[in-house]
Amino acid sequence: MSAKSGAQVTGQLGAQAANEVYKLPPKLFGARCQACWFVAGIAVLVAASFWSLDLRWSQFLSHDAFLRMGKFIGELLRPELELVFLGKVFIAALETLAMSALGTILAVLLGLLLALPASKTWPDDPARFRALTRLVLNGLRSTPELVWAALLLIAAGLGPFAGTLALALHTTGVLGRLFAENLENAPQDPAFALRARGVGELRIFLYATLPQILPQLISYSLYRWENNIRAAAVLGVVGAGGLGQMLAFHMGLFQMRETSTILMAMLVMVALVDALSYVCRKRMSA
Amino acid sequence: MSTAINTHLGAAAPALRDPAWSGRVAWGLAFAVLLWPMLVLTEFKPWVLFDANALKPTLRFLGDFLPPRVSPDFLLLIAIETWRTVAIATAGLALAWLLAVPLSLLSVRVLSLSALSGQMARLPRVMRQIVRWSLMVLRSVPELVWALVFVRVVGLGATAGVLAIALTYGGMLGKVYADILESGDTHAASSLMRNGSGRLQAFFLALLPQNASELTSYTVYRWECAIRSSAVLGFVGAGGLGQQMDSSMKMFNGSEVSTILLVFMLLVWLADRASAFLRKGLA
Repeated sequence: MSAKSGAQVTGQLGAQAANEVYKLPPKLFGARCQACWFVAGIAVLVAASFWSLDLRWSQFLSHDAFLRMGKFIGELLRPELELVFLGKVFIAALETLAMSALGTILAVLLGLLLALPASKTWPDDPARFRALTRLVLNGLRSTPELVWAALLLIAAGLGPFAGTLALALHTTGVLGRLFAENLENAPQDPAFALRARGVGELRIFLYATLPQILPQLISYSLYRWENNIRAAAVLGVVGAGGLGQMLAFHMGLFQMRETSTILMAMLVMVALVDALSYVCRKRMSA
Repeated sequence: MSTAINTHLGAAAPALRDPAWSGRVAWGLAFAVLLWPMLVLTEFKPWVLFDANALKPTLRFLGDFLPPRVSPDFLLLIAIETWRTVAIATAGLALAWLLAVPLSLLSVRVLSLSALSGQMARLPRVMRQIVRWSLMVLRSVPELVWALVFVRVVGLGATAGVLAIALTYGGMLGKVYADILESGDTHAASSLMRNGSGRLQAFFLALLPQNASELTSYTVYRWECAIRSSAVLGFVGAGGLGQQMDSSMKMFNGSEVSTILLVFMLLVWLADRASAFLRKGLA
């Protein structure tokens, strides 16, 4: 195919100019070359970044740092495998899973609740609160889970409850926006048919719109759950429960053997989730 | 009247009850049974939010949010920290790129000479698998955990953040670069190599021009993600906006926290816009 179209192109060129057009190689930098400006901008940004940060490479690459790093890694290679402690780590891992699951469930409910006023589903829909709800959703979304957790510690205290709420709030922003877009893009004919017969808005949503977008809702929610498991594992480092809180605690006390066990538990959990989601995706696409 | 019609039509009468009710109730019960241990494990007690002891400091803290602190010296400090956040993300991503490019070149199966004639030889295959696994390890440790580790080694400050982003994002970029290079049309590269060109030549003259815009656009997207995560890394002491927010929060200074939150949202929004603009230009 490419050979054929190539022949056509040369044929067209031949019709315009008797001789083949030779192009000089482009100049290294030209004012009209967008790619050049792009590359130059990146170079300037990177150089400015390295220049302005007081990076302590000498300290990082010093003999002392290498010794500390070596000692650190050596300690990490000897995990604490006492049964009682392993039990504690297992409970913390379950706590992390529960945080992510409950956070996601709350976010699905809240997100759906906010997505309704945030969407304009039929041409005459007044959608008075659309802009306001979208602003709220954007605010919820653009604050990361970790910042939410740190803020919620004041109200909810240390522990997994703050982490669950933090996950729920951030995920509400993400899912709410996606759900709203889904609602707006869903086919409107069934809803129109019901509306023409004077059925109320709630029942239109339940019997016409929701069944159509449900598969999408479920797949988004599962995807966010997967993300939230990963987020919940590290959320604890500010004190919001789960494996992260244990990690921060033992690392703060320089108990490296315990730290190493927790790190491994985290990696195993994330790897399991990755593998499971890979298998599910393959199943679904097959 | 209606009963008469019902008896008349017999079985064809419309069901007035939800025909799927038994399934719905069963799923609802199963869900409730599963939910219970979750509520216990996460210590889900919403009423502690409204406990008088907790409510008072919370309300006072939230009350401090308005007005945000906008004194010039504080704004200058925040501006510097914002730039440091961007700089940590950029420097980290630059290092990540330096790490990812050689590793992804090593792991791309298309650039194997022995694979041109049937199966790849054993040594290159094992080597590629090892590189892939190391990329996986790099990216499966969250950057926050890397940052915690490096804060231990190099002390508080931007260095730990830059290194954390470099390692995690190096793993991500390396993996995705390799995937992008392999997913496209590999015909040009393999015919170059069949006719005697070197592997680097095949990369620069066939694979790179074919995939350049996709590679660049993914890198720009990751830069946006790096800005978001570098703002958060400060919470474990790795510099930038997060560290400032952490210290303001520890002092219960609501007005400072609200300024930083606003700046943070603005930064995320700007990064999002900038990356969308650049990627649109690349498409």
